[in-house]
Amino acid sequence: MSIEVNGRKVDWVENETIKQLLKRMRYTFPLVVVKINNEVVPRKDFSDVKIPDNSKVAVIHMISGG
Amino acid sequence: MDKEKSERIQKKLNKSSVGIAGLGGLGSNAAVALARAGIGRLILVDFDIVEKSNLSRQYYFLENIGKTKGKSLKEIIEKINPQVKLIIHNIKLKKGAMEKPFKDVDVVIEALDNAETKTIFIEEILTKLPSKPIVAASGVSGYGHSDRINTKCLGNLYMCYDELAKSSDEDVLMAPRVALMANWEANIALEIILGEDK
Repeated sequence: MSIEVNGRKVDWVENETIKQLLKRMRYTFPLVVVKINNEVVPRKDFSDVKIPDNSKVAVIHMISGG
Repeated sequence: MDKEKSERIQKKLNKSSVGIAGLGGLGSNAAVALARAGIGRLILVDFDIVEKSNLSRQYYFLENIGKTKGKSLKEIIEKINPQVKLIIHNIKLKKGAMEKPFKDVDVVIEALDNAETKTIFIEEILTKLPSKPIVAASGVSGYGHSDRINTKCLGNLYMCYDELAKSSDEDVLMAPRVALMANWEANIALEIILGEDK
């Protein structure tokens, strides 16, 4: 029972939403894109979409500097 | 040099346009790289003026201090490649209308500094101009670690990315890495316009 977040294996938590996962991973940067199994999830759905077991999650942060 | 390839590329680039949001370390260096490469048209957007501290990494000179970045970059590019058509917008991008200056460019380059503004800009381009390729950069601060930089492709978003870099608020911004990322963005823009170099 695990998922992969940005290439790192982490425990799968039943009924966990994207918002909760981001909090658990301490991803506090303003985010731009989250993909689950290659599908982009719109930001407005972060509190509703649940992470399926065995899924691959990609999170891209925006980091200040330019 | 492959003369035929070069001519083919010049012909294509000459008809192409790139819009750049932000003319700091990323934007000024990317604009100069594209001008040298022979891009036909550049839309350059920034409200800021050149300060002395910018010279550590941005493509400006002492004589530009106190002038707007747009006007300064126009003078610089005209000395490099006067063929490039330059459209300068001396404005601050407004939330809710950020896509406006970029409606008719082939590729948009995100070259802003603050993470929140970058995010808002990218989201506005992706949602309001859904067929427009956008190249963005995240993680420019610090020095070294060149090989941590990679390109993440997510649909029309091409992100030059170093997820381990710190925020510039708690790190340094230095010419080599900033220019590396800027040229990385310009290089992706070329690849989008010209197709993969085979």
